[in-house]
Parts: sequence; C-alpha cells; structure tokens
Amino acid sequence: MSSATRTLVSPATLARPRGKVLYWTVFGAVVVLFTLAFLFPVYWMVTGAAKSPDEVAQTPPTLVPEHWHTGAFTDAWDLMQLPRHLWNTVVQAAGAWAFQLVFCTAAAYALSKLRPAFGKVILGGILATLMVPAQALVVPKYLTVADLPILHTSLLNDPLAIWLPAVANAFNLYLLKRFFDQIPRDVLEAAEIDGAGKLRILWSIVLPISRPVLGVVSIFALVAVWQDFLWPLMVFSDTDEQPISVALVQLSQNIQLTVLIAAMVIASIPMVALFLVFQRHIIAGISAGSTKG
Amino acid sequence: MTKTAERRPAQAKAVHPVPAPPPAGDRRRRRLAEQARAYAFLLGGLICFALFSWYPAIRAVVIAFQKYTPGNPPEWVGTANFTHVLHDPEFAAAWRNTLTFTVLALLIGFAVPFVLALVLNELRHAKAFFRVVVYLPVMIPPVVSALLWKWFYDPGAGLANEALRALHLPTSNWTNGTDTALVSLVLVATWANLGGTVLIYLAALQSIPGELYEAAELDGANLLQRVRHVTIPQTRFVILMLMLLQIIATMQVFTEPFVITGGGPESATVTVLYLIYKYAFLYNDFGGACALSVMLLVLLGVFSAVYLRLTRSGSGEEYA
Repeated sequence: MSSATRTLVSPATLARPRGKVLYWTVFGAVVVLFTLAFLFPVYWMVTGAAKSPDEVAQTPPTLVPEHWHTGAFTDAWDLMQLPRHLWNTVVQAAGAWAFQLVFCTAAAYALSKLRPAFGKVILGGILATLMVPAQALVVPKYLTVADLPILHTSLLNDPLAIWLPAVANAFNLYLLKRFFDQIPRDVLEAAEIDGAGKLRILWSIVLPISRPVLGVVSIFALVAVWQDFLWPLMVFSDTDEQPISVALVQLSQNIQLTVLIAAMVIASIPMVALFLVFQRHIIAGISAGSTKG
Repeated sequence: MTKTAERRPAQAKAVHPVPAPPPAGDRRRRRLAEQARAYAFLLGGLICFALFSWYPAIRAVVIAFQKYTPGNPPEWVGTANFTHVLHDPEFAAAWRNTLTFTVLALLIGFAVPFVLALVLNELRHAKAFFRVVVYLPVMIPPVVSALLWKWFYDPGAGLANEALRALHLPTSNWTNGTDTALVSLVLVATWANLGGTVLIYLAALQSIPGELYEAAELDGANLLQRVRHVTIPQTRFVILMLMLLQIIATMQVFTEPFVITGGGPESATVTVLYLIYKYAFLYNDFGGACALSVMLLVLLGVFSAVYLRLTRSGSGEEYA
C-alpha cells in the first residue's frame, strides 16, 4: 500500500540509483539482523528440543537436527505433568480475565457515569497505586493473601490468590474509565428515559460500544497472568497448583536438557499463538496506547 | 474497608446538601438509592483495591518496624529492621547491582530500540514482518526466555560461546564470571523487552509531520542533522516517558537473576527484589523484607511521581 507520509529520507533520494542501492542494502542488513537476533534463538530452542540428548551437548553444534526426535516433547508432557500445569495457568488466566472484566468494568462505569459520592477521592486512590510499583509490595500482599483481614482465611494455593489481586489493576480500570468518559451522556439518558436500569444500560449500550477497549484489556489481562512469575512463585507452594512458569523453573534443576527445552517450547506456544492471531490488534494497541499516554 | 465503603453514601448527604425544592424527603431518598446503586457497581473493585493495593502499602510500612513471623503476634522493634538490613553485606551488593543493571539496561535497551525504530520507519517493505519479529520475544514467557539464555550461556555447549568460537573470538564466562554476569543478564532482559519499546518509538516517529523533514532538507540539513533537530525534539516526550518506565521496571528485576544465576556468582547478581524475596522466604524475616520494600518503594515512588507528572502535563499539551 502506498504510505505517502514523508519520513527522514526523502522519496526523491530513494528514487535515485544510489539511493535504491543503499535502501536495499540496509533492508537486507535489517532482515539478516532481525532473523539472527530474534528468530534464530527461537529456532534454536525448537530444534534443540528435537535433537537427541547427545546431539544437544555436542560441540560444534549442528544447525539442523540429524534426526527429528519427538521423544522430548512426549517426555515433557508426561514427566513434567505439563497438562496439569497448563490447565492451572489457563484457569488462573481465565479467572483473572473474568474477574477483571466484571469488576473493573463495573467500577469504571460507576466512576465514569454514576457520580458516586467521593468518586474523585476513590479515583485518586486508584491512580495513586500506579505510583506504587506492584513488585515492591509483593511481601505485604503475600501476607494479606495468606491471612485475609476479617475473614482470616488463607488464599494460598488457591486460584483466587491470582484472580482477586488481578482486579486491583489501576491501569486497566483507568483505560476503561477513560473510554467510558467519551460516551456521550445523552445516549445513556435517552435509554434511561426509556426505562432501562443502570445494569441494562451498561450491558446493552456501554459494553457494545466499548468492544475495542475491552479487547485491549482482555489481552493485557491474559498476558499478564501467563507471563507472571514472582507472584505465583510465592502463593503456590503446592506443586499441583503451580502454573507453567513456576513449574518450569522448579523442575528445570533435575530434568534432562532436551526435555526441559521441549517443555519451554510447549509453554511458549499459547502466547505466541495468541500473538500471531491477534498481532494486528496487539501491535495497534501498543502503538495507540503509547501516543495517547 | 468494606464497611466504610458502604457507609459513604450516607455521609455524602452531609457533604453535598441538597439545594432542593419542596419534596425534599422524596428527593433525598432517590439520591440515596442512586448512591447505593453506584456503590453496588463500585464495591467489587473497591474491595480488591483496598485489600491488595492500599492495605499492603500501609502494612509494608507498619511491618517494617515490627518483628513479624506469620502465626505469632508482631512485636514493635523500632528501626531495628532497618539497621540489620543495612548491615547485611548483601544489602550494598543488591543496590549496586540493581542500579548498575538499570543503568546498563538504559544504555543498551534505550539507544538500540531507538536506532532500530528509526531504521524500520524508513523501510517500505515487509513492515508487518519486522513488527511481528521484533515483538516475538516479548510474547515468549519471561521464564522461558530466562531458561533459554541460561542454556545459551552454558560454558560447555552453549550457543553464545559457540558463536564466539565460530567467529574466532575469545569465549566468555558469561553468567559464571563475577564481572560479566550482570551484563549477561542485561542482554537477556534487553532481548526480551526491546520489542515493545521499538513499537512505541515507531508509533511516535510516524506522528512526526513530514513537512518538518522537508523544511529541514530545504534548509540544507543532512541526515544526522535532521535526526538531531527534527526527530529527537519531536519524540522527546515519548523518549522521556519510556526512559522512566524502563527505570521503574528494571529496578524491580527479579526473574532473570532468580532463574539464570540464583544471585551468584558471589552475589554479583543479587537485586533488591531478590533480596526482599530471600528475607521473606529464606530467612523468614518479614520485618526485614518490608524494611527493604519500603526503601524500594520510596525510591520508585519518586520516579513514578515524575513519570505521572510528565504524562499528565504531556497529554495536557496534546489536548490543549
């Protein structure tokens, strides 16, 4: 497609023979650089899992596996109990996503449209948590989860330990609120005159309009849980409850290299697949989010 | 926390007295019902923020002054936690490592993506390919990237030394050397995170009006001068923002040292967050862990405040 916008180098310069040669040289160099820097490590991982244990340890290494073994993948699947850990991760991510969608959306809607008393104070309190980097608070957060105030129950080794703290996501909540703020009030008031309740308005007017921002929040929510390490490491001491990230590290000590690499490949597939499917939206989301601050 | 949340609608009456015409009781009741509804929507989120953000922040400060072991009643110990944490030989190492890590990550992870974005923005072919490839490592779980690079850095059959050997260069100890370990980890973090930065820079570069470059060229500015006087001033705000975000993120680095080096060799890669983790889960000293958290919190809080102020004033400019 024609991208007519003028960039650093003028189209006139590029049209000249010397410009063309230079352009294609740079282009080729960038292709090689990107392939080596970003694709090759991934290629190395996938082929490493397909090599025999001897071949992986061999120097100099082979670029392409002599034989493509699938044994490491099946071993990883069975020995490292990957189905269980993958399932744990899915449950944790899906729950965090659902909780965030329900509670963050409801709260953002209330703050944006329902004019609660002290709404400004609450919003200020929520935005203030953006200034408190999450990781610096993991220890007191862990102590809270281990012994919830008033209820005095422990959420350790329970997916709720992921789901509930996930709701306290100021970034996503603010993103939703800002989107809701742009919905004109008269649209909602018209619905109210027609007799629709607040929940009805949220469900059948606000949410359908907000599909793009809900998509962005969903992806952020899923990726955040799938990629997290320190928090699940703290709250899931029970091996059976651990997500894939924690299990990989815990098991990496006493397992054959090829099996570990195969497990790493398997652990990467869901997010990479998600990315490849939604790459346009994800990349557009990152770009848009940044320029709008 | 929940209780105060529920009580708020009633207090609201006192703050906003109704400047109301006659049927005051009716109106009052309707307002109250409206507030109750608003808080019904807010409640879930509010409880979660209270429990997992506000309360832990307060608790960090409280426990920092207590001797705290789960199951036992806490004891007030004044500043004892701070003094014994300060006297831990790993304390200085952890801060030095964290700051070095941050500075190195800025030097590498800051200039490289900018240059990459500059070049990518000039290329008119295979745009989607470049964007996908550069972002691919970001989507690989950080634990996997860490384990992957741990294998690359293996002094035996690791890819890193094999590559050096193939190029007839001297091999390195990578994560096994006290002087190279930290840099090796910075390389991993840069590889894993650079994609996001590149994409954000690209978006910023695309918002630069083409006329500025044209005008600069008419004035006789060469390529580097155009970068210096058009590109950088035009993207200054984004650059500054990303820099602060990166500082905040890298000051909390944990996964790479934990997975790849375990803090070693000789605490050459122990970071502040790693030390916090050790205090809590190895030494069972939650007071010490919270004292360290408070220190990290204060420092990062300053950076965050600067960041928020900048983004606020920046978007103000944009919409003005």
